[in-house]
Amino acid sequence: MKNILEIKDLSYQVGDNKILKHINLQVESGQYLTFIGPSGSGKSTLMRIVASMLTATSGDVVFDGKSIKDYEPTKYRQRVSYAFQQPTLFGKTVKDNLEFPFLVRNQEYDQKKAISALEMVNLDESYINKSVNDISGGEKQRIALLRNLLFRPEILITDEVTTGLDTENKEIVHQMLEKFNKEDQMTILRVTHDESEIEHAAHKITIKDGEMI
Amino acid sequence: MSNNLTVSNTTLVWGFGLVLVALVIGYREKLGINKDVLIGVARAIVQLSIVGYILKFVIKTDDNWLTMACFVIIVINASWNAGKRGNGIPKAFRNSLLAISVGTVVTLGTLVLTGSIKFVPEQIVPVTGMIASNIMVAIGLCYRNMLQTFTDREQQVLEKLALGADIKLASIDILRDSIKSGMQPTIDSIKTLGLVSLPGMMSGLIFAGVDPVKAIKYQIMVTFMLLASTGLGSIISCYLGYREFYNQQKQLNSKLLQ
Repeated sequence: MKNILEIKDLSYQVGDNKILKHINLQVESGQYLTFIGPSGSGKSTLMRIVASMLTATSGDVVFDGKSIKDYEPTKYRQRVSYAFQQPTLFGKTVKDNLEFPFLVRNQEYDQKKAISALEMVNLDESYINKSVNDISGGEKQRIALLRNLLFRPEILITDEVTTGLDTENKEIVHQMLEKFNKEDQMTILRVTHDESEIEHAAHKITIKDGEMI
Repeated sequence: MSNNLTVSNTTLVWGFGLVLVALVIGYREKLGINKDVLIGVARAIVQLSIVGYILKFVIKTDDNWLTMACFVIIVINASWNAGKRGNGIPKAFRNSLLAISVGTVVTLGTLVLTGSIKFVPEQIVPVTGMIASNIMVAIGLCYRNMLQTFTDREQQVLEKLALGADIKLASIDILRDSIKSGMQPTIDSIKTLGLVSLPGMMSGLIFAGVDPVKAIKYQIMVTFMLLASTGLGSIISCYLGYREFYNQQKQLNSKLLQ
């Protein structure tokens, strides 16, 4: 398998506070990596740098053979998609959220594609016109994830997306991510504190005090 | 035009008694505003006296270059004040200068070209002041709203960027709200024109003895003028200003947020 992502001697600091120290990592296409470590160890910062939401103080991130610096940021983020821990939904309805990835790509909204995406996370067609205020936290997280997945990214970064979800919602998210990883060879970088997720993870990477151990 | 204007230095001194009302209220209620009231009154007297003599000279001289110089000074001063209200937004003065210049030139140019006003100092200078000050207030509101909504909706903006949205798409709701906030006071005041307020331009003309019907026509023109100018100023300052919330990598500049 070829390396889809390489993190080369990456460091990040704010003032004198060194948050990440000389991180090196190679990620193969189709890998499902789980990043673990105590809170404040730098996992989310590392993921945000890989997602081009932050810029490293030194070092480089190479995606698909090219430095992250050489990509147009919006095009890069469409290929390397970052999902937040506690997402907010946009606009008034679920449709506003599923329409957003089409808007980003200047494409006409495809209702059929949006409905089949909803079905992937066990939500039926009736959800499309539901108000974002009338859905549960678990449904909100599943819909937010669909915004990342409607157009398949090559790398999906999930930053504690199952935190606060009940067992049923967690299972739905797990199954969906497993499916994309196995069937579409989507590379997944997952940050988690969830014990069951950590226990079942095939490839674990521990970050502690800004260092990879 | 009959002239019934009877304000003299003596009547002004008597009028100063009204300032004492404010001072007594401030003193009795322990509001701690008396120093500010006195400084404000002193500044108003000095500033207006200087402006009065300058305007008298400009109008008497009736020179196009001098009129243009007044225009430039008003625009720069308004831009400087609008820029200060940017509260840390980079290039706030430069962007305000562009917004106020365009808003004032377009509006004033339209009024002159359509013959609504003449290119004479007694008309150009006060109308420039009216336009520039209204745009200045509108830009101040736009900046304040933009800072507040970028702060309130930071998470949403970050999520949009993470999904690959361009900075304009990530900020479009904030842009719309900020432009609206700049124009809203003008729109609100228009709704109550004549019912609640008899605005300055119209009141001034009526005071000076102009037929109220004619004064109303001028006020309608001023209304159109302020709508256009605050609209132009708001849209230009917001479209230039929102970019400052991002860096070259299209990442949100969190340091700017409150």
